[in-house]
Amino acid sequence: MESLSVFIGGRAGDGIDQASLLIGKLLNQFGYYIYIYRDYPSLIRGGHTFSIVRAAQARIGAHRQTVDVLLALNQDCLDKHKDKRHSRTIVVYDSDVVKSDGLGIPLTSMVKEAGGPEIMRNTAMLGALAKVLGLPWEKFEAIARANLKKETELNIALARKGYSAADIFYKIEAQNKPPLPILTGNEALALGLSAAGLDAYVAYPMTPSSTILHFLAEHADELKLKVIHPESEIAVIMMALGFAYAGRRAAVGTSGGGFCLMTEGLSFAGMAELPVVIVLGQRPGPSTGLPTYSSQTELLFALWSGQGEFSRLIVAPGDAEEAYYWSGVALRLAWKYQLPAIILTDKNVAEGTYNFDPKEIKQLPEESLDLWSGSGEYLRYQETASGVSPLAFPGEPGRVVKINSYEHEENGTTTEDRPLTKKMQEKRLRKGIALIKEIEGLEAVKVYGRKEAKTAVVCWGSGKHLCVEATEKLDVRVVMPLVLSPLPLVQLRRALEGTHQIIIVEDNATAQLAQLLKLGGIKVDAVILTYDGRPETVEQLEEKIARGVR
Amino acid sequence: MNEGQTPILWCPGCGNFAVLNVMREVLTELQAEGVPLEQVVLAAGIGQHAKIVDYLKVNSFYALHGRAVAAAEGIKLANPRLKVIVFVGDGDSYGEGLEHLIFAAKRNIDLTVVVHNNRVYALTTGQYTPTSPLGYKGRSTPEGTHEHPLNPLELLLAAGATYLARGYNAKTEQLKLLLKEAILHPGFALIDLLQVCVTFYNQYDHYNQRGYELTGHNHADYNEALSKIKEWDYNSDARIALGKFYQVERPTFDSFFRGDNKVDREPVIKKLFERMV
Repeated sequence: MESLSVFIGGRAGDGIDQASLLIGKLLNQFGYYIYIYRDYPSLIRGGHTFSIVRAAQARIGAHRQTVDVLLALNQDCLDKHKDKRHSRTIVVYDSDVVKSDGLGIPLTSMVKEAGGPEIMRNTAMLGALAKVLGLPWEKFEAIARANLKKETELNIALARKGYSAADIFYKIEAQNKPPLPILTGNEALALGLSAAGLDAYVAYPMTPSSTILHFLAEHADELKLKVIHPESEIAVIMMALGFAYAGRRAAVGTSGGGFCLMTEGLSFAGMAELPVVIVLGQRPGPSTGLPTYSSQTELLFALWSGQGEFSRLIVAPGDAEEAYYWSGVALRLAWKYQLPAIILTDKNVAEGTYNFDPKEIKQLPEESLDLWSGSGEYLRYQETASGVSPLAFPGEPGRVVKINSYEHEENGTTTEDRPLTKKMQEKRLRKGIALIKEIEGLEAVKVYGRKEAKTAVVCWGSGKHLCVEATEKLDVRVVMPLVLSPLPLVQLRRALEGTHQIIIVEDNATAQLAQLLKLGGIKVDAVILTYDGRPETVEQLEEKIARGVR
Repeated sequence: MNEGQTPILWCPGCGNFAVLNVMREVLTELQAEGVPLEQVVLAAGIGQHAKIVDYLKVNSFYALHGRAVAAAEGIKLANPRLKVIVFVGDGDSYGEGLEHLIFAAKRNIDLTVVVHNNRVYALTTGQYTPTSPLGYKGRSTPEGTHEHPLNPLELLLAAGATYLARGYNAKTEQLKLLLKEAILHPGFALIDLLQVCVTFYNQYDHYNQRGYELTGHNHADYNEALSKIKEWDYNSDARIALGKFYQVERPTFDSFFRGDNKVDREPVIKKLFERMV
């Protein structure tokens, strides 16, 4: 099969998340690329939650209009998702609680008879799915055993019952590709930071970034990381800056609301030249908004937040593999240039699940810290041509390390001196100029699709896979900047060379990337915007782009 | 440790001069007793108190209003060998950054916090603070405040601080002893330092009359400490105890984050990737 989509849905608390990951792992074993989209409300029990697991021969990061298999643990799966069925969609449902056509299996009574908790309906459902996909029982059992660590025997027995009750509808064939690690954007980001030398992760929980905190806390011991959950996002960023002062690399993670509280710390990092990495996971606002859905509304906020003028790095990965690589870049460059770096994700990238080959990840730029030579008096803010002052940390003899939120002299003590104020402002901004050169030396803009096409679709973050797939049949090139501050204008202009039309696709209501490109002198012809929290399907976007192409 | 060319910008007669001088002596003595100066980090908030870090040639982290304690916690967790001493103000830390103070005490993280409590906002020219008495007439409350002051020591005792004392900038010998004791205390130590602002709230006469040296109670007893702390509520005309109220030892937060834990991450990450297949 070229590609396969499986929908599984129920109430929150039905174990949909875990079940969908197991489906992903199952299809991963057959050598497919996987993408899992999770849709869940902001509550713990009840409501309606679903996942779409998609497997394909090519890399994916979006879902299509219809699914091939629809697994229904409650009635909502049918009533709310009529548009996801095509003429051959197989519906498998718990016939004890759901009324539908298709393959009904009495999952509730099956679980009750076996003496299991209700949540095990999903294991029986997975057994049925294995049969529907034409998998041999032994193959399914091996994967299920490896992943169902609790109540394994009962789970396997129930899966077997589900398997026996179902019929074969598809025939999954193994692809010529080994199974790959399967992980969320947040997990990849966490590993990328760790690989680049992170010493500490400090965060206050907030969707969609909380799972970075959970993942790193779980693996803190193996990775030798200090993971701390303080009282507020204000404490979070200040602690991280304390780490940086002491010479330890720290990152923090939050969403828009938490980032609001961090902005005084962000500005302080700019003034005190303390490196810090901030993961900003976007969700719809303003204010609390839609906590568990996605948006791209914080680009301009990330760009302009914090009082005063200072340089910052903003990267925006479009999937798990890019999250791994670019989080490493962010950490390295934050330290090289002693400034704040923001990793701008969105819920779809952060909590989307992908598989990729770690061997294909690009090498990170070399770590190149300008460390103090140890001779003479140490000046934390020494004037240099690049603006970057040699680093030293407190704790060793022969140096006094003073950092300051006030304007300061080279040695870090407070000043209000007129010429010095100007000199220090210019020193800090010079680092931004060096940073632009560095960014232009990386592959900071990607081009996909028909590279000679006269129409360019420009997107960022989770728009990447969606736009690439939606334009497959169109005479369009897709241009994706991965760095949004400083804007890699040289690469962007090259990527857009020869185009007659530029269409921006993004998940916000005010076309923030379009505004930013205009400031860079790039003329935008049309914008396609969504701001309902949900990702568009490939078909929906394809239609909009096709209509817009001149 | 002596100041360089930095001119001192406090008003003549400011209580902060005494704190600066005492602090110099404390650091010199600690050095002689085996605490290397290079392992000392001074953190400060924003306010008149904070200028002290500019006047001491010691590692320093001149932070934001109310946020010095949180930053100091990061410094301590990053490198637990450092001795971190935090200077904050009463507006600065009993007001804007109170949450950090309470949580640092709750964690019993090994920090020394010196609150320059002048009971007025000095740098912003004379508004009431959380410890100004009821009816205090400041520039934001010309008719007098309508709120009672906070007893910060009572609050911090409840929060979990393991060393609590009150000092007074006019009693420099006692202040020196308290500062040394607090710095050497393994855990969260706080000194509420009555530091007189001669310009906006001159309380010298009052403190000289009502202040007395605290002796004879059991420092390790929570209830005895509490009753001494409650003797003066920062509002009444009661006697003002000066000295150590409370000291106990409990595991410190930073003791769970010791060491630099350097590890070759590559094989660990490879193994994690393998487990995710």
